[in-house]
Amino acid sequence: MRWACILLPQLALDGVLRRCADPDAPRVLVGGSAQRRMLYAVNPSARALGLRRGMALTAAQALAHGFATAAYRPEDEARWHRFLAGWAYGYSSQVSLQFPHALLLEIQGSLGLFGPWPRFEARLREELTALGFRHRIVAAPNPVAARVLANGHDGLAIEGDAPLRRALGQLPIQRAGFTPEVATAFARMGLRTLRQVWALPRDGVARRFPAEVLRHLDALLDERDMALESYRPPDRCELRIELGHEVESSQALLFPLKRLTADLAAFLAGRDGGVQRFVLQLEHGHDARTKVPVGLLTPERDAALLFELARGRLEQVQLPAPVGAIALCADELPPFVPVHRELFDQRPQQAMPWEQLRERLRARLGEDAVHGVQARADHRPECASLSPPEVPVRHEASSPGTAPGARPGWLLAKPVPLRGPMPRLVAGPERIESGWWDGDDVRRDYYLARLASGQDAWVFRPVGGGGFMLHGWFA
Amino acid sequence: MGAVVAIDALLHPQQVWRGRPAMPPAGTQPTGHAGLDAVLPAGGWPEAALSELLIPADGVGELQLLWPALARLSRAGERVVLVAPPYLPFAPAWQQAGVDLRQLQVVHTGTPRDALWATEQCLRSGSCGAVLCWPLGVDDRALRRLQVAAASGRTLAFATRPLAAAIHPSPAALRIAIDAAPAQWRVLKCRGGAAPVQPIPRGA
Repeated sequence: MRWACILLPQLALDGVLRRCADPDAPRVLVGGSAQRRMLYAVNPSARALGLRRGMALTAAQALAHGFATAAYRPEDEARWHRFLAGWAYGYSSQVSLQFPHALLLEIQGSLGLFGPWPRFEARLREELTALGFRHRIVAAPNPVAARVLANGHDGLAIEGDAPLRRALGQLPIQRAGFTPEVATAFARMGLRTLRQVWALPRDGVARRFPAEVLRHLDALLDERDMALESYRPPDRCELRIELGHEVESSQALLFPLKRLTADLAAFLAGRDGGVQRFVLQLEHGHDARTKVPVGLLTPERDAALLFELARGRLEQVQLPAPVGAIALCADELPPFVPVHRELFDQRPQQAMPWEQLRERLRARLGEDAVHGVQARADHRPECASLSPPEVPVRHEASSPGTAPGARPGWLLAKPVPLRGPMPRLVAGPERIESGWWDGDDVRRDYYLARLASGQDAWVFRPVGGGGFMLHGWFA
Repeated sequence: MGAVVAIDALLHPQQVWRGRPAMPPAGTQPTGHAGLDAVLPAGGWPEAALSELLIPADGVGELQLLWPALARLSRAGERVVLVAPPYLPFAPAWQQAGVDLRQLQVVHTGTPRDALWATEQCLRSGSCGAVLCWPLGVDDRALRRLQVAAASGRTLAFATRPLAAAIHPSPAALRIAIDAAPAQWRVLKCRGGAAPVQPIPRGA
C-alpha cells in the first residue's frame, strides 16, 4: 500500500459552494456554449428537485425553479485543484495532479508520522470536510490502481498483489479507466469485468486495440512503472473570492475573509511556512482597488490569528466604492518557527503569548503603536532614550551609560516654557553641551527645581540667556 | 474537577471577613518600601488586582513608589507595559532605578477609549507582569472591568488618576494618595484589612 488517491467528484461545484453562506440551497453549475447551456454539476438539494447533470438549462428551468446558478469556469476548477495539492503537500512529499479531479499521494513515507492508515485517512477526511470538499479516498499499491479503484469505492485500502488483483478483477469495464471507445468495444465483445479482459491473449489485444490499452493494463498491476509529475508548491500565495454581488459594508466582507485566511493557513501548513506580510485587495470594478496591507512582526500561520489581524485592519478601512471581489496575496513566506512555550505555565487560564497580544494591539492601534525602550550613551536627553519600533532587537542589559546627575523618570517630548513663579533650584547647574557634529547641537544648563506645588521638575536654561524650559518630571 | 483545595488558599486572599484578624501572610509582591509593606494587609501590592495611585499633579513621586516593584518584576523576566503614558519614559532614569529595559514596552493609543481597551487586553492576556495605565475621565464600570481583567489574567494593574477622583468610590483593591508636601503616602482603601489612619512618610 503505497499510494492514496483522493477523488474529488464535485471539485468545481464545491469550489463555488464553499464561498456561499448557505451551501444547502439548491445550486447548479452551468457550462457549455451560449446557445446551449448545460448543467455541469448539481448539489444534492438541486438533485432533489429533479435536476441532473448534462440537462439543458432550459429543460431544468421548465422542471423546477428557485435554484441558483453559477457559471462553470475550468480555470477556477484548476485553481482549486492546485490549492488542494498545496494542502496535501503537508502530508506527503509526492503529490501528483496528473489525473483530473484527483490527487495522488505517496503515503508509505508519511505513515510513520501520521500513524496507521485508518487514522491518517480519518485525518485527511476531517480536514477535507472542514475545507468544504466532497471526496472519496482509496489506498492501493500503485497510483493507477488507486485512481481506478476510486471510481467505484470509497474507504478501500488494499495491500499486496493478490487482494489488488481480486479487487480490480471485479471492477466493471466502464469504470476501469479506459477511454469510452475502448470500453464500448470491450462491452460489445461481451466482456463485463477487468478479469475477463486479463483472460484475453495479449497479442490479440495488442492487435485490436491501441497501445495505451495494454500499457494501462500493465500499469494497473504494477508491471510497468509510471512516471508521475510531482506537484511543487509555489513561492507565493494568491487567493481570490468573487462575491457575486456588491458589498458596501466591511462587516459583510468578514465571511469571505474568514475563508481566505483559513485557506492561507492551510497553504502555509502544507508548506511548513509562515506569513509575515500579506495584502488584502478589495476590487471595486473598473480596475479600482483598495489595498489593505497586513504586516506582522513575526511569521505566523494560525488561521484564527490571521483572521483576527486581517479583520482588525479591514474594519478601519473606509470603502470608497462597493466591493465586487476580495483577494489575498502573500509574497513573502518565511519559515515558521513556533514560539517556545513552557511545559508548566505560571499563568493558567486563557494565557495569550505576548507576540499574539502585540499583534492584536498593533492591528487596532496602528503599526507603530507598540515599542520598547532603549537607552543610548548620549548626553543629550532627546537622544539618550530611544523607542525602537522593532522589538526583536536584542540589546544587552548594559550598565547605564555616563549618567552623572540624576535623571527624571518622565521626559517631555518637547521642552515647554516653565510658567508660574520662579522655582526654587535644588541642584545644578549641570552643563550639557553636545551634538555640534550632527547639526543638532545643544548648550544648556540643567537644574533640579522644586515647584511651589511640590513637584520636582527638570528644567534648563539655554546658555547665553533665555527663560527656564521644563523638560522632565522627577516622578 | 474534584481538586483538593487547601483551606489556606481560600483564606489567604482575605475575601471573607473573619472575626479575629489573622496574621498577614508574607507578601508575594512587596512594594520595596518597608514602611508601606508593613501596613498593607497583603504585605505588598495586592496580587492579581487593580491598585490606584491618586496624585495631585504629575511628577510627585508616583514612579518612585512603583519602581522597586517594576524593577523586581522586570529582572524576574516579567513584562512591564505602559499603556498611553502621559510623558516619555526616560530610559537612563528607568535603568538607574533597576528596571530591565528589555522587558519594558510602551503602547501608544489615540483615544482614552483605545487606552482602556489596550489595558484590558494586556491584563487579560496574562503575558504581562505589570500593566500601568493613566485612565482619563473613567467611571466606576471601566475600573471594574480593569479589576476583573487583572484578576482573570493574574496581573498587577496600576491606574494613576488625579487626586480629585478620591471622593468617588472605586473597585480597586488598593488606593494610595500621594502627597507632595509633606512627602507622604496615604492609604485610602485596602482590601482585606482596615486602611491605616496614619500617613506613611515617604522613604521609610
